Amino acid sequence: MALTGLEIFKLLPKTNCGDCGVPTCLAFAMKLAQKKAELSECPHASDEAEEVLGAASEPPMRLIKVGVGADAFEVGGETEMFRHEKTFYHQTALMIGINDSGNKESITKTIKEADAFCIERVGEELHIDGFCLSNTSGSEEKYLETIECLMENSSKAILLDCNNPDTAMAALEKLDGRRPLLHTGNGDISRFVEKAQEHGASLVVSSDSMDDLAAHTEQIIETGFKDLFLNLKSKHAGDRLRSNTILRRSALRRGFKPFGFPQVWFVEPGDEYELLAMATVGICKYSGILVLPEFKKEMLMTLFTLRQNIYTDPQKPIQVEPKIYTIGEPRPDSPVFVTTNFSLTYFIVSGEIENGGISAWLVIPDCEGMSVLTAWAAGKFSGETIGKFAREIKLEEQVDMREIIIPGYVASISGDLEDAMPNWTVIVGPQEAVDLGPFIRNYMQR
Amino acid sequence: MSFEIPKEPSQSHIRTVKIGATPEEGGTRTSTLEIGGTTALPFHAFEGESPRKPLIAMEVFDSVPSRFPQALLDIYGDVIDKPGEMAKKCIDEYGADLISIRLDGTHPDKGDKSPEEAAEIVNEVRECVGIPLIITGHANFNKNNDVMKKVAEVLSGENCLINWVEKDNYKTIAACCLAHGHCVVAQSPIDVNIAKQLNIQLSDLSFPIDKIIMDPLSSAVGYGLEYSYSIMERIRSDGLAGDDMLRMPMMITPGHESALCKESWASEQDMPMWGREELRAAHWEIVTATSLLLAGGELLIMYHPKGVEVIKKLIGEEL
Repeated sequence: MALTGLEIFKLLPKTNCGDCGVPTCLAFAMKLAQKKAELSECPHASDEAEEVLGAASEPPMRLIKVGVGADAFEVGGETEMFRHEKTFYHQTALMIGINDSGNKESITKTIKEADAFCIERVGEELHIDGFCLSNTSGSEEKYLETIECLMENSSKAILLDCNNPDTAMAALEKLDGRRPLLHTGNGDISRFVEKAQEHGASLVVSSDSMDDLAAHTEQIIETGFKDLFLNLKSKHAGDRLRSNTILRRSALRRGFKPFGFPQVWFVEPGDEYELLAMATVGICKYSGILVLPEFKKEMLMTLFTLRQNIYTDPQKPIQVEPKIYTIGEPRPDSPVFVTTNFSLTYFIVSGEIENGGISAWLVIPDCEGMSVLTAWAAGKFSGETIGKFAREIKLEEQVDMREIIIPGYVASISGDLEDAMPNWTVIVGPQEAVDLGPFIRNYMQR
Repeated sequence: MSFEIPKEPSQSHIRTVKIGATPEEGGTRTSTLEIGGTTALPFHAFEGESPRKPLIAMEVFDSVPSRFPQALLDIYGDVIDKPGEMAKKCIDEYGADLISIRLDGTHPDKGDKSPEEAAEIVNEVRECVGIPLIITGHANFNKNNDVMKKVAEVLSGENCLINWVEKDNYKTIAACCLAHGHCVVAQSPIDVNIAKQLNIQLSDLSFPIDKIIMDPLSSAVGYGLEYSYSIMERIRSDGLAGDDMLRMPMMITPGHESALCKESWASEQDMPMWGREELRAAHWEIVTATSLLLAGGELLIMYHPKGVEVIKKLIGEEL
């Protein structure tokens, strides 16, 4: 929580000695409040001032890095309750739960498949962030063996879920340098602080009650260790929504330090459809890490898409740059499509053309980021504006093709567009992008 | 540091809207429903009251939708083209709270059925079921207005929810809803200001403000969900903060939006990374519905019975 100039002033020596380079303590306090000066510039600052100001300058929610290398991810560091207030910064990490009870072959297969699973959507590659390994066998040997198998087959982050302290210690040792997370159920996590520090791990603090959770984290923070995650256990999705909201609000709006950490949700196994709804609650409402009980393609495909939506920066313009885009490797006589520069329209249309299995040119004039029908209604996507844009980008010099395919919803601009582009024939495409596949098949055969 | 739950009580509450009318009230419905009245953000039971739970409507059709996920065709089988029977099935087997009748077949490009034909279909459904009705039209203003005029008249006194009016086409439909005692859906294109403006325009026509439900326009996951989600969160926050023209309950349409998405019907053969298609139609709708429910949707029009089951369970557990 930021302090005001006056609050800071009260902590200063009030001698107006000028040793900091500013004539008065009040002026220096104002500069500190605006973050234009640092307390170390005052040689007479008290320990109390240092402690209070130091705590006040910390972000309300800690940003924590998990894993290493290209597969590392960061969670936390959030500043808002609603994405429209500014943005959400670090997307929910999705980790897949595995355990050490099954046979090695099937575990290896799951790890390999989940590790390689990747979906491309609107220009981004979407994948899982890591694995949560549970010690369901109860055997240390099995657990360490499975960790080895995990390390062999994936370089993604690892969350250790292990109730036996000795096994957990051994596992941390094995994962030295990999920045893992450790969760030990309801057990006392504070005894792992030293070991976690030594091996660069983060700890998950679990509890059934908010008071208890706050007491535990506070105790650990006092040791100076701060790479913590919170897991307030919940009975069902509604419970989780409320506890996630309360914890996050306490941290962001009340500056309550014990809850200034990202949250983990271990989603219990169950009906696949209900799991999906629960995971939706986690992604929309503040879970930093979601552990899914199993690897299911169709479930992940849907959740990746939701996560991408919720974590899109609302401040970012929702337009793509007006220009001629290439899909695949078009030749001068490849088909020419035109649509508007609303990002969603562009990505869906370009995706469908690509799925149609052809290379093509996609002309995107400036329509102020509006969708096809809206832009047309506003006069931003007319025969005249498209024709003008085609001349500006010298379309006729770039391609030999003299047919241009327009969205079906604006079939009525065909005449005007042919007037504006006299050497061209206008072809009316489908109304919906999803119909581009069959349209392209017919168009290429003709 | 001692911990205290940080509550942020609202200044205001969401209006309550009643749908349906019993014989004593001038209709023929065997039950009526109310939504709204909440004083807190969705499911924030720790800082406010939500006297009424969100409601789930299921949709029936005057003509089989041209592109409908195979998963849904398989489920509805031979009742898909029998709106009355389908409505019964939705209530008896899947627990729908309301039935929406979508009259797409009256669109000039989609069958061009006459207003009289629409009235017949609507009557058929009215006779088959006793719960409140939603009548859903289309975007061809001229034709839609003719159809809605007729349907509103035929259903006079039933206090249906007429879906929808928008800023460029509201006067005709609002007037006949007023004349025949129906509620109306005020649809705005993912825009807080237009949503507010439309409510002002409706109240300027003396349309009762407690008979308006807002539809800020739903988008499915992957197809603009984030815009719908954030606009709804803003509308709800502003409404609870006391903005009188944004205090209406909100409707969402996850069924219709999700059914249009390729993810709901493309085969696994074509999209191997997407997994089994028979699951995807439900998945897409559940994720869309759940997120928009969290953003403040209180009346959901859904298609997939599995989706309805899951959302009902969530709502039952206070989410």
